[in-house]
Amino acid sequence: MMEIGLSHYLTVAAILFTLGIFGIFLNRKNVIIILMSIELILLAVNINLVAFSVHLGDLVGQVFALLVLAIAAAEAAIGLAVIVVYFRNRGSIAVEDINLMKG
Amino acid sequence: MIIQTLAFYAFAAVTVGAAVMVISARNPVHSVLFLILAFFNAAGLFVLMGAEFIAMILVIVYVGAVAVLFLFVVMMLDINFVELRQGFLQYLPIGALVGLVLLAELVLIFGSWIVSADAGGQAASPIPALTETTNTHALGQVLYTDYVFLFQGAGLILLVAMIGAIVLTLRSRDGVKRQRIGAQIARTREESVEIKQVEPGSGV
Amino acid sequence: MYALAIFLPLIGAVLAGFFGHWLKPRGAQIVTCGCMLLSAVIACVILAEVALGHAPRTIELFSWINSGAFEVNWTLRFDTLTAVMVFVVTVVSSMVHVYSVGYMSHDPHIQRFMAYLGFFTFFMLMLVSADNLLQMFFGWEGVGLCSYLLIGFWYEKPEANAAAIKAFVVNRVGDFGFALGIMGVFLMFNSISFETIFAAAPGKADATIQFLGYEAHAMTTLCVLLFIGAMGKSAQLGLHTWLPDAMEGPTPVSALIHAATMVTAGVFMVARLSPLFEHAPGALMMVTIVGATTALFAATVALCQTDIKRVIAYSTCSQLGYMFFACGVSAYSAGIFHLTTHAFFKALLFLGAGSVIHAMSSEQDMRKMGGIWKMIPLTYTLMWIGSLALAGVPFFSGFYSKDIIIEAAFGAHSGVGIYAFWMGIIAAILTAFYSWRLIIMTFHGESRADEKTLAHVHESPKVMIIPLLVLAAGAIFAGWLGYEYFVGHDMKAFWGDSLYVLPGKHPIEAAHHVPGWVKLLPIVVAIVGILAAYYAYMMNKDLPGKIAARFQGTYKFLLNKWYFDELYDFLFVRPAHRLGRNLWKDGDGAVIDGLGPDGVASVARYLAERVARLQSGFVYHYAFAMLIGVAGIVTWYLFTSAG
Repeated sequence: MMEIGLSHYLTVAAILFTLGIFGIFLNRKNVIIILMSIELILLAVNINLVAFSVHLGDLVGQVFALLVLAIAAAEAAIGLAVIVVYFRNRGSIAVEDINLMKG
Repeated sequence: MIIQTLAFYAFAAVTVGAAVMVISARNPVHSVLFLILAFFNAAGLFVLMGAEFIAMILVIVYVGAVAVLFLFVVMMLDINFVELRQGFLQYLPIGALVGLVLLAELVLIFGSWIVSADAGGQAASPIPALTETTNTHALGQVLYTDYVFLFQGAGLILLVAMIGAIVLTLRSRDGVKRQRIGAQIARTREESVEIKQVEPGSGV
Repeated sequence: MYALAIFLPLIGAVLAGFFGHWLKPRGAQIVTCGCMLLSAVIACVILAEVALGHAPRTIELFSWINSGAFEVNWTLRFDTLTAVMVFVVTVVSSMVHVYSVGYMSHDPHIQRFMAYLGFFTFFMLMLVSADNLLQMFFGWEGVGLCSYLLIGFWYEKPEANAAAIKAFVVNRVGDFGFALGIMGVFLMFNSISFETIFAAAPGKADATIQFLGYEAHAMTTLCVLLFIGAMGKSAQLGLHTWLPDAMEGPTPVSALIHAATMVTAGVFMVARLSPLFEHAPGALMMVTIVGATTALFAATVALCQTDIKRVIAYSTCSQLGYMFFACGVSAYSAGIFHLTTHAFFKALLFLGAGSVIHAMSSEQDMRKMGGIWKMIPLTYTLMWIGSLALAGVPFFSGFYSKDIIIEAAFGAHSGVGIYAFWMGIIAAILTAFYSWRLIIMTFHGESRADEKTLAHVHESPKVMIIPLLVLAAGAIFAGWLGYEYFVGHDMKAFWGDSLYVLPGKHPIEAAHHVPGWVKLLPIVVAIVGILAAYYAYMMNKDLPGKIAARFQGTYKFLLNKWYFDELYDFLFVRPAHRLGRNLWKDGDGAVIDGLGPDGVASVARYLAERVARLQSGFVYHYAFAMLIGVAGIVTWYLFTSAG
């Protein structure tokens, strides 16, 4: 408990990861929550990478985290653009209304 | 040491709390704000770990750009307040169970991870001691030399994402007055000016 | 040219059958009758050359099956037996063809009828000229098929359809025995060609064969199986139920198939296979007993029938019994002799009955006839001639052939022979009785027909009368002309090798040497029968009714044909029907369909409905599924790779 070691950071990352997962399928409000949950997941991954990098003394982890950051930003931009266009066409982004793929 | 422990628990608690509020807030604007809070505290965690460059980048890029983007979109779209619906509770037990199982497994793995003794000596790019270079400096030395291809690749992806976002959302609206520079410059005298003989005192 | 006699009817039938539309009815009639008459002329030539000229021939056409030890060729065998049969079949068939031109002139399907007649004749000729068992079976089945087609000719009548099916199915039972017999023959002799079998038969006289787990006498078993086939085809007791119902077909069909030719195929088969039967005394005994019993049974039933055609049908059944028990006592030539004379006078009787029906505007019930002999004298005379021949009155053909059979039965001096003798005598009385009952009820006394029918009674046209005259000539002269050849002094030279009798047995000679009373008895008995009929139906008209009322049980028993149809219905038809229904509804429907197509389909639909719910269209559902998958994989890794 006292000594903050690797496993503490990893635990925090695990909890954030799980929360992100919850956010994807437990939300009934709108689609933007899903995107935010994805950001949470990516954040959790970043914490993991940096924690290991520091622990092993290897800069590769941080380089990786940097790249993940860049990709997350790009993905958030595209995702939001898609939502905007979807809203223009369908008029709603409530999760329950998005079920055209119903088989 | 104690400060660090306290700081760690504080940052970690707020991060987790903010994450919970992100997914359960009723107002979507609140959700975004809580996301920002989570990012800030995660940056704090990074600083604690000694990766301050990553922390600052997190604040600048994630908060300053991505979260603000979220806020723009949330405000732009017509999003209603939605009460917690019945359906939410339907999946809660099962979802909670599965999630907890996953969490437990992750913790189990991490807790029993035994790092090999000579792992430290196999670093691809060893972190130089703090007395020699700062974190930023060290990253810079590695990023533009050994990992330059990845760096350029990331740049390309960002370019593609930008183009994609523009292509998706650009639309031309009717009724909006715009300048067409080319037409303006190509105007000739004959099209635009007409000489009319006007009798003095009669007006046009 | 011999082969042409066999195939001309086929050519005529094909032309009429497939090109009938273009030939028009008249053309079809001309083609078929022409081919038949030509075939009959050639048959006369064959009879003269082969039988009288003692020159048997075998004509190989082409090979058929060649599979290991089993080799069968299409071969035509022309010995005396064949020549006699070909002659009978073609002459009677051509007369029936010409008669049908008149009788069926108002029918809308003349071409089909003539074609069927031609096909039938072809198959019958194939049957009698076959040189191996398989070819004979081909002809056998073919005549069965044509019988079905012709009985059910007026297919819009449900009774006709039912009768046709009944005929075919009962025949089939016999054919099953026949087929088993053929297979047994192949097993024993490694060949089914007559030449081979007949040559090898004496050697296998004592052989045994495994049958249903028992070690049985081979020749007897085979001959019994083959005889079962003959029983079906020739409507002997047990497999006779189809013959009366077959009267649903047009009268020319009854004359050709069910009097003269098809039903005699069984007798022909036994005679042809005489080399085999001679080595199976048990089978011969069975033949004698069945034949004799049938002769009596059919005669008793004919006493009470009211349909004119049915009386003559049962008469045929009875006479076939005579032919069979003649073969049973090894007097094959006598049996064939009777076959020949019977063909003529029975066809005459049937066609004459057809003329009566035609005259009475399609009325067939004798209770509604009577008093018309003055109006149709020619038909009346012809019916008299046929009946005289049937009863065995001297100098008509039936007398010669029937008497030699009865004499041969007595001359055999065996238990079954004496049994057959007495059956034959009793049946002879009954035959004479019911024949005159028919004549008197139909032509004499107060007419019981209505005014309209009576006004219409007329003699048949020439095209129907001339065949009757030809057949009448045969009925009168065939016996007298053929006696010496068939069963007299020229017998050996005439028959040659076509009929085989064990050396040491001389049934015909014994027949000639029976005591005088035996020779006289049939004639006496016939005259007694005729007088009794006269008394009962002309003079004391109430007598039949009184006897029927007094012996009601017997009367009903005879009227209902000894309740055979009811018995078979109870024993075979109903259980088969029930079995079929059960197999269909429960077996096929519930079990097979339930487990197979229907069951699988409903399970597939059930599963598909469940699975389709997974595709709800909501992304978070899909994400949830992915999460469960991830959790599963992690758990699995935890437990497998040294977690």
